[in-house]
Amino acid sequence: MPPFETPKISAFGDSAVLIKAGDDISQETHRVVQNLMHSIQQYEIAGVEEVVPSYNELLIYYNPLLIKPEVLADAIRAAATSHTSNQLPHPRTIVIPVLYGGDHGPDLQDVATLTGLSPDEVVAIHSGSNYLVYMMGFSPGFCYLGGMDTRIACNRKAQPRFKIEAGAVGIAGRQTGIYPIESPGGWQIIGQTPVKLFRPDAAAPFLVQAGDFIRFEPISPSVFNRMKIEGFEPAIIPVNE
Amino acid sequence: MNRSIIIEEAGLLSTVQDLGRTGFQQYGMPVGGAMDSLSLQLANMLVGNPRGAACVEATLSGPQIRFVGTARFAICGADLQPMLNHQTVQNNRMYSASDGDRLSFQGRKSGFRTYISISGGLNVDQLMGSRSTLLTAGLGGFKGRPLQAGDTIPLSDDGFCRPVTNIPAFLFYENNRQKTISIMPGPEIHYFGFDAIKTLLTAEFTISSGSNRMGYRLEGVRIPPLEGKGDIISSAVPAGTIQVPSGGYPIVMMAERQTTGGYPRIAVVAGVDLPFLSQMMPGESVRFSEIKLHKAIERLCEIKKQLQKLCPL
Repeated sequence: MPPFETPKISAFGDSAVLIKAGDDISQETHRVVQNLMHSIQQYEIAGVEEVVPSYNELLIYYNPLLIKPEVLADAIRAAATSHTSNQLPHPRTIVIPVLYGGDHGPDLQDVATLTGLSPDEVVAIHSGSNYLVYMMGFSPGFCYLGGMDTRIACNRKAQPRFKIEAGAVGIAGRQTGIYPIESPGGWQIIGQTPVKLFRPDAAAPFLVQAGDFIRFEPISPSVFNRMKIEGFEPAIIPVNE
Repeated sequence: MNRSIIIEEAGLLSTVQDLGRTGFQQYGMPVGGAMDSLSLQLANMLVGNPRGAACVEATLSGPQIRFVGTARFAICGADLQPMLNHQTVQNNRMYSASDGDRLSFQGRKSGFRTYISISGGLNVDQLMGSRSTLLTAGLGGFKGRPLQAGDTIPLSDDGFCRPVTNIPAFLFYENNRQKTISIMPGPEIHYFGFDAIKTLLTAEFTISSGSNRMGYRLEGVRIPPLEGKGDIISSAVPAGTIQVPSGGYPIVMMAERQTTGGYPRIAVVAGVDLPFLSQMMPGESVRFSEIKLHKAIERLCEIKKQLQKLCPL
């Protein structure tokens, strides 16, 4: 992969700079964002406090007492051009076990009706893809996933629920996702995972990061209950490219 | 004796706050922490705490607090007319409290949020490196929730630093209040027409009752984005980002904001003015004016330098 073109860097207030990597939601733009993020992190620029990737941008928080924005922009350009894609962390697939339907997926039947499929077909399609974690946001540990089959796309619920449990797996429009914490919401809930995506007390509080892939694996109620009681560490598989 | 404070009355909204939880925004974790981080740091310095020690952030009506054991305390930010037992006390000064003393508040004179620092700092468990309460997720602080009557909060051992006695008066909220909030252009300023931008810089907005620690909703004047420019691809939003949904009523992202947002970002509030905006309350009006980036950085660095010089920790 050739070195990056000079990235577009602009000030966003007095403590952040924004790098625009593209104007679309695509795997290519995502890779540019990830490459930039990792090269900037490896460069260890003094004064950089935090980096936040999104679909097509990278926001860099800095301390203006430690580095001037012009100096930071130069350092970012230097980091970006010195970098090649083989320094990216190896992509991983995290297998998320899901109990589909029943009390744990109260909207599975509705999704089947709305999409003209059987509940089993919805499950087969949902668990048959690899989903790229484009970015995280909205709530702690929430992943914006790409790659859902449009055959199971369907509208949000007309009446949002006041309370959706942590671990609920849902569909909203052309998106699928997992609720990492209990919250209100309007997604169609088709299943539940016993895996905790957000463990605030753990040394590594987040199971997933942007750039990972997720695959859903159907499990039975008895396996679900066992995992819930005994705890469960999901399989993390390196992706062969 | 283990020193602590007992909350006898909670007030409208009192929470444990520090300087927030940084380093996890890439995972969607809000920063949170004190809305007026300057007043929190000054209150800590007055009692000899590290600048980022955990304090009570009280909103509009203060709590009633009983001291168990002796402690130094200070109050910075909004003037809610504090009293120690039956004696009036003042903001921006250090006081000593004895076992059984009561701190209460008579009501708001100015500002919206006040910070009560107590020597040692509030000793709730750290969660991901911070003691701040994240109300939206029910995490951190004291049991992840606002303080309630009957809560007992332990204090850490004090005596780490010396109380700072030479804080320049201009740093305190009362002496430094701004009516106009300085802003800089945001990444989607070109999503707005000339009229909308002119209105943003000249009109008087009202802070809506729907405002909270996550965001300030502004009403009274609409500044809608251009036709077809109502959404953006979800992107990161620093504190002070002014987003405008297609309806035209701006939202300013505050301390407990989500890490990303999906509305056009017309502008961003200068870091140095965020504490003043945080001290404005629903129903009050606010105006914005433009500041150049280098000036905003200069003013922010001046405050940061002052704080660091007075209290390196």
